[in-house]
Order: sequence, then structure tokens, then C-alpha cells
Amino acid sequence: MEQVPLSHVLILSSILFFLGIYGFFSRRNMITMLMSVELILNSININFVAFNKYLYPHQLEGVFFTLFIITIAAAEVSLAIAIVINLYRRFNTIDIEDTNTMKF
Amino acid sequence: MNYDISSILILVLPLLSFIGLALFGKRLSPCISGIIGTTVLFITAFLAIYTAYEYFFAVGSQAGTYIPHTAIKFTWLQFNENLSIDLGIVLDPISVMMLIVITVVSAMVHLYSIMYMRGEDRFRTYYAYLALFTFSMLGLVVSVNLFQMYMFWELVGVSSFLLIGFYFTKDSAIAAAKKAFIVTRFADLGFLIGILMLSYGAKTLDFATLIERLTQPGSAHLASMTACSFLGLSTLSWALLLVFMGGAGKSAMFPLHIWLPDAMEGPTPVSALIHAATMVVAGVYLVARLFPIFAISAPDVLTIIAYIGAFTAFFAAVIACTQTDIKRVLAYSTISQIAFMMFALGVSGWGEGRNEGFTASMFHLFTHAFFKALLFLGAGAIIHAVHSNEMKDMGGLRKSMPITHITFLLACLAIAGIPPFAGFFSKEAILSSAFHGNPLVFYVALVTSGLTAFYMFRLYFKIFWSKAAESHGHEQEHSHNHEKGMWAMNIPLMILAVGAVFAGLIPFGSFVSADGKAIELPFHLAFSIAPVAVGLLGILIAASLYKTKNDRPEQVIEAFGRAYRWAYHKYYIDEIYLFVTKRVLFNLVGRPAAWFDRNLVDGMINGYAYITTTTSEAIKPIQSGRLQTYSLFFLGGVLLIAVLLFVKFL
Amino acid sequence: MSASAILFYILGALILTFGILTVFTRKIFRAAVYLLLSLIGIAGIYILMDMQFVAALQIVIYVGGIVVLIIFSIFLTHQAGERLPSRLPKHLLWAVSMASVGLGLTIWTLYNYSYTPAGIAPIEHSVKNIGRQLLSYDKFGYVFPFEVVSVLLLAAMIGSIVIAMKKKQETPSNSPNSGEKKILN
Repeated sequence: MEQVPLSHVLILSSILFFLGIYGFFSRRNMITMLMSVELILNSININFVAFNKYLYPHQLEGVFFTLFIITIAAAEVSLAIAIVINLYRRFNTIDIEDTNTMKF
Repeated sequence: MNYDISSILILVLPLLSFIGLALFGKRLSPCISGIIGTTVLFITAFLAIYTAYEYFFAVGSQAGTYIPHTAIKFTWLQFNENLSIDLGIVLDPISVMMLIVITVVSAMVHLYSIMYMRGEDRFRTYYAYLALFTFSMLGLVVSVNLFQMYMFWELVGVSSFLLIGFYFTKDSAIAAAKKAFIVTRFADLGFLIGILMLSYGAKTLDFATLIERLTQPGSAHLASMTACSFLGLSTLSWALLLVFMGGAGKSAMFPLHIWLPDAMEGPTPVSALIHAATMVVAGVYLVARLFPIFAISAPDVLTIIAYIGAFTAFFAAVIACTQTDIKRVLAYSTISQIAFMMFALGVSGWGEGRNEGFTASMFHLFTHAFFKALLFLGAGAIIHAVHSNEMKDMGGLRKSMPITHITFLLACLAIAGIPPFAGFFSKEAILSSAFHGNPLVFYVALVTSGLTAFYMFRLYFKIFWSKAAESHGHEQEHSHNHEKGMWAMNIPLMILAVGAVFAGLIPFGSFVSADGKAIELPFHLAFSIAPVAVGLLGILIAASLYKTKNDRPEQVIEAFGRAYRWAYHKYYIDEIYLFVTKRVLFNLVGRPAAWFDRNLVDGMINGYAYITTTTSEAIKPIQSGRLQTYSLFFLGGVLLIAVLLFVKFL
Repeated sequence: MSASAILFYILGALILTFGILTVFTRKIFRAAVYLLLSLIGIAGIYILMDMQFVAALQIVIYVGGIVVLIIFSIFLTHQAGERLPSRLPKHLLWAVSMASVGLGLTIWTLYNYSYTPAGIAPIEHSVKNIGRQLLSYDKFGYVFPFEVVSVLLLAAMIGSIVIAMKKKQETPSNSPNSGEKKILN
């Protein structure tokens, strides 16, 4: 893995990040938006791990942060699914365009 | 008692009466409130007489001059170290004389109104208004400061408005009150500008300082005010002319006289108090107060005053000859007599032997108050008995109203200038000063006094002598006394009649004169033949036309033709005013101003509101409730900051 | 080019492809599956970087928990077989431009930065070391965030139960209990 420069890994994670962002903005279904958020979080995980391996191999902080991010992502997804199910009960759809009642 | 305290009490007692009656009058019965009001005014009248006695006799003149005495003075509003509005009471000959006139006439009117206004359900309010008026008029005459006089001037205007419009359910009364207030207020605009100019030039508002600064020949203030001239009159003359405009409004000089005949819509005792004896002389009093400045530094304004006064006197006398409502006749007579006082001031000079006009004017003010109030109160008694204002409903009343008849006759003789009644002395003094001052004015005044005698006796004969029409056909059977039991209306008539008869015998010149020094009013037997003859001529003509019912008046009216019609319609002055205001002012000034206000001013404000709401409506959709839009904006902001930071740091 | 480098590039391409497919596909279920495959690819990258623990975590939690949860929710909301609607081109334009601007910025930053390794001898990323440091309470210990995260998980668990709970219908026979249920709701 030493021949792969750090910048290539970071480019991979950046592209994945902005793919997730594009997916978050362009998808109409709430669940697919959630999937895009997972992509974002995973790209961040790659970043942490790459920095840990390449620049600070004597420390473990990258692992810990990745661990915490995964844990928190799990918690967040469960809550998000609960909310989506609640919204589905109210609006009978999970299209994000139909849940715009909190407006002027 | 120190007469400072008594002079303060003279002002305070009517004010307390007003406040008490206004606030608590509802709880008192009408009878009690009337008695309270009248008693307070009688006490005030006695205090005024006491103060006059103290001032003229006990303290008296020092070295032949009556010195103005300030009873109390305190600073109310200080503008800078030189200019301030003080409030205070000053006693000098004319103010003490006015105190007596106002309080005595007001006390008589209060007593008279107890029976005249009986049965009126706003009786208590009436007495409260009367007390307010008396207080404001008293405050006006004792003013120490020009602005204090202006404040009380306006207060007098307000009281007059309230009293003229007392029967506010009648449209004509409301219109008359509005007209009086608006005309006098318009005149007060000139007064205010005059005050401002005077105070700017002399850097003071205090009367004594004002007179001193603007009459010393070498004072800097006088020099600055007379330095430049505009249309031939210096700044000082313009200021005084504007001040006179205010006085002309209050004193009903042409062309601001239109409010006084209409003001007869108020109750008759009110007309007696306000529009005969006290408020209408406020203008004359103002000129008299500032007389040193007029006479020494701006004599050309005095000439203007003389001509306006003389014209008004003649003009009003002609109209009075044709009117049929007795109160209107008395109103025009008042205008004419006030104009006499005004031109007497106008022809007066300053200094030994030339200031006779001032004393004559004040003398006529004093006597006129008595007999004019007497005439109005008598007219009130007649109206009360006959229940109508028109002369055609009256006639032959001399049997059924003896006291009124005698007192009315005495007053008519006095106003016609027949010796030895009061009016003879004062009118003779005026004519003599006019003769020495301005001969043209003298001849106009002579003719006018003849007309005065004529119309007053026309009034007298038509009311008391000529047999009436069918409305009083049962005259012989029903000649009962209308006056039985009306003591409260008869006593004031009698007291005022005493004044009308004997007031002329007071040696007025030794008390009141322009510079405080006693003068001797000249009395030439040969000179007084002409006025008396003219007066008697007027009486005889009136007797021949009106004493018994005949058709000679109609023939005279036919002979005059169109001139009579013009005089009967008051020379169409009211119509001209109405035309000017309705056609010219409303359409050319009022409507564009209203359009401007509604569309541009309101439009601008509405425009602000419109812009706000439109912007708000345009911005509103930003809060669309769509999550992805919000997060797009969020990301956009983050990227913007990132770009800025990158540009700065990389 | 060693084998691990080639493997890295292949895995990277796979991850990106599956990511693109996740974001662009019109069927939900396929999106979930593509996501799953992408996550597995990421786990592979972790293994290439000698972080086996993290890779294991990734598979267990992400693939085995989260994606399964997502699939459950797809079924619960009756979305399984439908085609997804697409967006207005105007909206898509905004999203594309934002994403590309961001991407450009990030890559430009990446290239302008020089990466200098610390130069200290590496330690082994074994479970023993990870566990020991995770639970130690000295200067570099992470016991406090560890405990906090466990509390967070508890809260998330309770929260999602409460949010997703079906409200009972209001009937007279249920009214003594409904007050209590109201407080819980």
C-alpha cells in the first residue's frame, strides 16, 4: 500500500463524499437520501483511517474516531428510520416533496 | 388688607368658581350653583372697587403721575437670560378701571341670569362658563407680559365660543360659534406674528420693558426696528399693525366684524357681558396698553387705526338703521361704538395737550359698558316677555314693563349723547379730540353720532310706543305687568341705569391718561352744541317715523331704494366672505391640499407599507418547507466561506 | 506497482461505481443492494490498510445492521417494487453545480498541501492495543467518549421506539391507561 500516495486515497474519499452530497440533494425518496448520508459518513471514515495510517502510524486516534462514527451512524439511522415510518403514517408517502407543511 | 392680595383674589375667585362649578356642579342644585356663582362675583366686584379705591385714593399719585404697580410677578418660561414669559398682575389706571368694569358688569349678568336662564337644564354649566370667561378677561387686563395677554386672549376666545354655542342643538348657534372663533383666530395669527416681531426687535416680552425700549429716542432696539422699511412702513409699524389686526378681530373692526352680529345666537346675558362690555373692548385695551409705542414711534399706524375706526363706525351705524332683530341692532351699535373708541385712540397724540383722545377713548369704554349692558339686559327682558326677537312682534310695551321702559330710555338717551347723561361727556370728549386731531374723522364721527341717535330711538319707539299689529290686539285687557316678581332681572337694570346716568360726572381725566399724569378734559359749551343738535335731530326724525304707527317709514324706504336694500343685507359682506372661502379657498387651496395629503403624503406612507409587504411576499417562498432546499443553502454558505478562506490563506 | 496498489485501485473503482449506481438508480431495492456492495468495498480498503478491526466493525455494523435496517424500512413503507420519480432538471442543476464546486475546491486543497509523515515508529493496530487504549483513563484514554456513546445508543434505542410507536385508538375502556400513554407519547 506504500506506493499509493495519500492524495489518491483522499481523492477517492472526496469523490465519494460529493457523490453522497449530490445524492442527498437530488433524491426524492427519504430512504435513498438516508443511503446517501451513509455514503458521506463512510467517506469520512476512509479519510480518518488513511490519515491515521499514512501520517500518524504511532497513534490509534483514527481508529477510535472511525469506531465512534460508525456507532453514531447506527444510532442515527435507527432514529431516522423511526421518523420516516412516522411520516409515512402521517402523509402515506415518503416523498420528501410532500412533507413540506412547515412553511409560510 | 394689602391691595396686592385683593388683586390676586380678584383673579383667583372666579377661577375657583369655574373649577368648582365645572367639577361639582352636577351634585348641586341649579339654584345653589347660581347663588354660588353670583356671590363669588359680587365679592370679586367689591374687591375690585376696594382695589380701585386703594390705587387711586389711598396710594394715589406720586408727583402727579399714577405709577404702574406690579402686584405679583413670577417667571413661567425662561427662553434665555433675556427673554422669558412671566405671569403677573400689574395695576395701573386702565387695568384698574377695566377691573371695575368687568367685575361689576359680570356680577350684574350673574344676578340677571338667575331668573333669565331659569328652567334651562344646563344651568350649572352656564354659570361655570361665565366664571371662566370672567377669569380670562380679568387675566387679560392685568397682564404683565405680552405673551400672558395672548394666552388669556385665546382663553377669552374659547370662553366666548363655549358661550355663543351654548344652545348647541341649534345649527345656527353652532355655526355662529364657529364663525366667531375662526374669525378671531385668524386675526390672532396677525397678533402672534406681531408679538414675535416685537419681541425679536426689543428682545423682551414684558410690557414695561417693551415700552421703555421702543420709545426712548436713542435706544438700539428702536433703531434696529425702524431701520429698514417695507412698502413705506418700518418694521416696527408692521409689527404694530399686525398686533392691531389681532385687536381688530376681537373688536369687530371692518372687515373682521362679521362674527359679532351672528354671535347674538347666544343667550342674551352672554351678549350683554361679552359682546357689549368686555370681550369686544379687548382690542381697544390692547392698543391702549401699547399706546406709548404707537404714539411715539409709529404714529402712521395710529392714522390707519383712526381711518379704519371711523369707517367701521359709519358703516355699522348705517346697517343698524335697517335691521329688524333687536339684538342685531344692538350688535351693530356695539360695532359702531367700539369703532368710536378705536378712532379716538387713533387721533390721539402723545404729550401735553394732545393726548386727549386716549382719555376720551377709555372714558367712552367705561360709560359704554354700562349703558350697552343695560340695553342688552333690557332687550333680554323684552325677549323674555314677548318670546321673540323681531321688532314687529313688539310694540306698546311701556305700560306692561315700566322698569324696563325707564331704564331702556335712560340708556338710549345716554348713547345718543344727550346731556347730562354719561354718553354725552364721553362722546363729546371723543369728538373734541377728533376735531383737534383729524378733521375728516371728526365730520364722519358727527354724522355717525346722529345716526346713532336715530337708530337707537327707532328701536325704542318701535318697542315701547308704536301700537303693535294684531298679535298684541288684546293689549288693553292684558296689560299686566310682565315684570312682576322678576326682581333678579330688575335690580341689575336699575343698578346699571344709575351707572349710565351718573358715570359721566366722574372727572375721568384726573385718573386715566396716556402717560399717567392727570389731564383736564376740556368742556367747551360752544363746541358741544353741534353734537347735541345732531343727536336731537336724530331723535326727532325717529319719533316722527316710529312713535305712532304710520306708513312714513315705508315711504322713506322707497325713497332710498337700492341703498336701503344693500344696507339691509349688511352690504353683502357675509356673502362675499362665503364666496371667497367656498369658491376660491376651498377649490383652489383646499382641494389641492387635500389631494396632496391623501395621495402623496398618505401614498408615500402606504407605499412604504406596500413595499414592505411586497418584499415580504417575495421573500416568503424561501421558507418553502423543503428540506433539500434548506440544505442546499447551507452547503452554499459553507462553500462560500470556504472559497473566501481559501482565497485568503492559500 | 505492487499487488496491493492494483487491488486498491480496483476496489476504489468498484466503490465509486456502486456509489454512483446507488445515487442514480431508479429502483429502491437495487439502491440498497448497491450500497451494500459499496460498503463491502470500503471494508476491503480497510483490510488493505492493515486495519482489520475497523473492517470487521464495518461489516458487522454497517452491512449487517444498517443496510438490513434500511431494507426493513423499505418493506415497511411498501416501496419495494416501485420506480422512483425523478427531479426537475433545474433542481438537479443546482445539486450538480454545488457538488462539483465543492469537489473542485477539495481537490485543489488536497493538491496544495504537503503531507509529511510523523516519522515515529508505528505501532500495531491490534485489538489488544485498541481495546487497552479505548478503556484507559489516562491522558490518551477514550473511556469517557466510550461511555457517552453507550448512553447515546441507549437514548437512540428508546427514542426510536417512542417515535415509531403506534398510538392506541382512544376508546372509553382504555381511558384509565390513556393518560399514562399520553405522558409517554
